[in-house]
Amino acid sequence: MAKRQFKIWRGNKNGGEFANYQTEIEPGMVVLDAIHSIQAESAGDLAVRWNCKAGKCGSCSMEINGKPRLSCMTRMNSLPANETVTLQPLKTFPVIKDLVTDVSWNYRQKEKIQPLKPKPRDADGNYRMMQEDVDRIQEFRKCIECFLCQDVCHVLRDQDQANNFVGPRFMIYLASLEMHPLDTADRIPTIRKEFGSGLCNITRCCTEVCPEHINITDNGIIPLKERVVDRFYDPVMWVKRKFFGV
Amino acid sequence: MIPLSEILTYEHDVIVVGAGGAGLRAAIECCKQGMNTGVVCKSLLGKAHTVMAEGGMAAAMGNVDARDNWKVHFRDTMRGGKFMNQWRMAELHAREAPDRVRELEEWGAVFDRTKEGLISQRNFGGHRYPRLAHVGDRTGLELIRTLQDYAIHQGMKVYMECTALDLLKDGDRITGLVGYFRETGRFVVFKANAVIFATGGAGKAWKITSNSWEYTGDGYGMAYTAGAELMDMEFTQFHPTGMVWPPSVRGILVTEGVRGDGGILLNNKGERFMFKYVPPKFAAETADTVEEGNRWLEGDKAARRPPELLTRDVVARAITAEVNAGRGSAHGGALLDIASRRPADVIRKKLPSMYHQFKELGELDITKEPMEVGPTLHYFMGGIRVDHDTQQSTVPGLFACGECSAGMHGANRLGGNSLSDLLVFGRLAGLGASEYSKSIGKKSVTDEKQVLSIIRSATDILNLDKGTNPYLVHEDLQNVMQRYVGIVRSADELQTAKNELERIKKDVALVKSDGASQYNAGWHKALDLRNLLISAEAVTKAAEMRTESRGGHTRIDFEGEREECAKYNIVVKKGEQGMEVRKVERREPPETLKKIAYAKIEDLEREGV
Repeated sequence: MAKRQFKIWRGNKNGGEFANYQTEIEPGMVVLDAIHSIQAESAGDLAVRWNCKAGKCGSCSMEINGKPRLSCMTRMNSLPANETVTLQPLKTFPVIKDLVTDVSWNYRQKEKIQPLKPKPRDADGNYRMMQEDVDRIQEFRKCIECFLCQDVCHVLRDQDQANNFVGPRFMIYLASLEMHPLDTADRIPTIRKEFGSGLCNITRCCTEVCPEHINITDNGIIPLKERVVDRFYDPVMWVKRKFFGV
Repeated sequence: MIPLSEILTYEHDVIVVGAGGAGLRAAIECCKQGMNTGVVCKSLLGKAHTVMAEGGMAAAMGNVDARDNWKVHFRDTMRGGKFMNQWRMAELHAREAPDRVRELEEWGAVFDRTKEGLISQRNFGGHRYPRLAHVGDRTGLELIRTLQDYAIHQGMKVYMECTALDLLKDGDRITGLVGYFRETGRFVVFKANAVIFATGGAGKAWKITSNSWEYTGDGYGMAYTAGAELMDMEFTQFHPTGMVWPPSVRGILVTEGVRGDGGILLNNKGERFMFKYVPPKFAAETADTVEEGNRWLEGDKAARRPPELLTRDVVARAITAEVNAGRGSAHGGALLDIASRRPADVIRKKLPSMYHQFKELGELDITKEPMEVGPTLHYFMGGIRVDHDTQQSTVPGLFACGECSAGMHGANRLGGNSLSDLLVFGRLAGLGASEYSKSIGKKSVTDEKQVLSIIRSATDILNLDKGTNPYLVHEDLQNVMQRYVGIVRSADELQTAKNELERIKKDVALVKSDGASQYNAGWHKALDLRNLLISAEAVTKAAEMRTESRGGHTRIDFEGEREECAKYNIVVKKGEQGMEVRKVERREPPETLKKIAYAKIEDLEREGV
C-alpha cells in the first residue's frame, strides 16, 4: 500500500482548474479504481463516465498523463511511481463536467452513414459467408466506440475539421460496411465527399491509441482511400463515368 | 417548487427504459408497429451491460450438430432451470431464438462461421449440443452494436444519460415516468401509454459481482413502488468463474466459453474435482472419466460432456465447496486451465478478450498459465412478473423484458440463454406494448402532485445540511448481502440480513450528497440506493421463504430439492405494512410440453423439429 498523488481537472464548459487529491493504492488497481476511491473519500461529486470496468464498453476514456487512454485498463503500476498522476477530459470534445465530455458529435456522424443494405437470403433462409471473408470486418467490429482515436486524430483535434471529416472511428465503420459480404450499397462517393477520406494524412496516431489494437489506418482507412482513388482518379474509370455515367 | 408547465416534457406512445439488448429490440419492434417510441438510457447508447456478454446466444439452429432442435433446447432450459421456469416462456424462447439470430445477421451482425459458411455454434454449460452463435468471446458487443446501428435508423428518439426515477399512474394504469438528465441534472417528464422496462438486474447489491454500476435494480424498485409483483427473486445466479485476483478486478467475468472450448477446473492438488460433483439427474449425460471427457473435446459424438460443463449453479457450489475444504487456489478460488488443453494461437483466436483481460488486468498469460477463478454474482433469474405472451406486468401499461423480468429461466439460467432471451422477449414486449398502446388511444393527463413528489424526494438529498455518505451506505449494503445472502444461505443468516437491511434503510433515508445536480456522481449513487435496497430485501425475504435448495438458491439448512417446493413460485409485492411475500401455486403445464421436458434425449433427436 502506498499513497499516490493526483491532479484532476475540475470544472465545466465555463472553465476550471486542476485540483489535488491523494489516495491509497492497493495491488492491481487501475486509474478508474483510484478515481472511485477519491470520489468516496474526498470528492463525492467528481464526474467520471464509466460502465463495465473491463475494457469492453469504451466509456471511461480520458487523458492520463497527457495520453488518451481507458482509465479502467490503465494499471496504476504502469505509471511512473513517484510522479503525480494527471487526469484530464478528452481534449477534442467539449467538456460537460470534470472528466466527462460531450461526445454526441460522434453519434450524429453515425446517423449520416447509410446502414447495411443486405442482399437476399439463400433459398434455405440462410446467409453463407466464409470465415476468411469476414475476418477483416470482424477486426473493425471489435471497436468499442471509446472515441480515443477521434480524440487523438490531428484532423479533428488540431485542424478543427469536424465538419469535413468523420474521423477514424467512422472510417472503419464505413470500411466494415463497404467490406461486408452481404452489403449491396455504394458509399464510395460519400466517403470521398461528405466523410472526407482525403483529409486523413496517415499519421497512424489513431491506430496507436486503439485499446482494441485495431489496425485502423492500414486495414481500414488506406483501403477506403484506395477505393476512392480507383473510382474517382483512375483515368479509365473517369472516362467511363464521364461518357457512360457508370 | 416549479410548476408542471415549466418541467421539460416529452410525449411518446411507448417509452422503453434501458438500451441493452432487450430494450433496443423492444424499441425496434415498437417502431415497426408504428409507435412513436422513446428510449431512456442511463448511459450512452451502446454502452449497456449487454456488451459484457461474452460466450454467445443460444439458438437451436443445428448448424454444427444436426441433431439439435427446439425441443432439445427447451428440455435443456427446463432441466437447467430445475423446472421452475414458466413453461410457455421457455417454449417461446426455444422456438423463436433461431429466427431472432438470423434476423440479427440480416441487420449486420457478423458471427463466426462454420466451414460451410453458416453461423458457427459453440458448446456451453447445460446445452446438449453446440448451440451458441458467437463472435469470439465478444458476442454481447456484436449484439448491442448491431441493434444500435439498426435502431438509429428506425425513427426512435433516444434520451442518453437519462435516469428514470419513478413511474406515473392514473388509477391503476401507467401514464409515463419522471427522470433526470445526468448532464444537466434537469428533471424530465415522459408521457406515454405504455412503458417497457428493460433495466437489467441488481448485482450491485453484492460486493463481488460481474455487474457494472448501472445494475442497481431500477426496474425492480420502480415496478415494486408502482404496485407490480416481483417473482422468483431468491434465484440469483453466481457465475462460477469470475476473476479473483488482483482485488480490484475481483468478480469480473471469465466466460464459460473457456470451459466450452475445453478448459478444465483444478484444485490446489491438481485434481479435476468436478467429477466428484455430478448431480444424479445429470449423471447419465455426463462423462465419468477424464478419458471420456477428452474424447468429447476431440469431437467424438459418442462421448458425453465433461462435468465442467454442468450448469452454473452446480459448478459454483463445487468451487465453493473445494475452497471451504482448504483445496482452493492461492487467493481463494479454483484454477481454470485452458493452456494445457489448446494451442496458444487457438486460445488467442477463440478467447481474445479473455487473453487481453488477464494480460492487462491480471498480468497473466492464459496461454501459459491457469487462471484463478471463483463465483461472482452475475444474474437475476427473478424479476418483474409478466404475462408469458405479452410481457405485461401485473400493472396495466407496464411491460418488462430481459433480465428484469421473471419466468424464462426458472431457478437457474443456462449460459447463452440470456442473449437469446433479450431478443425473443424484447420483441414480444414491443409487440405487447404496441398493441396495448393502440387499445388505450388517447393519453391521459399527468398528475402534477405525483411529478412534484418524485422530484422533491430526489432534490431533498442535495438540500440536507448533513447526512450519511452514499458511497459508504452502498458499501455497507454490499457487505451485508455478500456475507449473509451469498451463494449458500441459512435461516439465521437471512434473519441477520433482514435486521441489517432495516438498519441500512434508516441510513438510506438520511443520505446526503454535496454539490449541485449537474453530473454529480454522489447524488446518482444516493438515488440508486432505494432501488438496490428494495431488490436486496426482496431477495432476502424470498430466500427465507424457500426452504429447499434449487438452482441459484442454496440453503445449508435445507439441502436438496423438495418436491412440495416445486409447486409454487414466490411473489413479492408492496403492501400496506411494507413488503409482502407469498407463495403462488404453479399451473399444470400442457401435456405436450411436459412430454418433451421429460422425454429421453434419444427420442427428441429422432423426432427432429
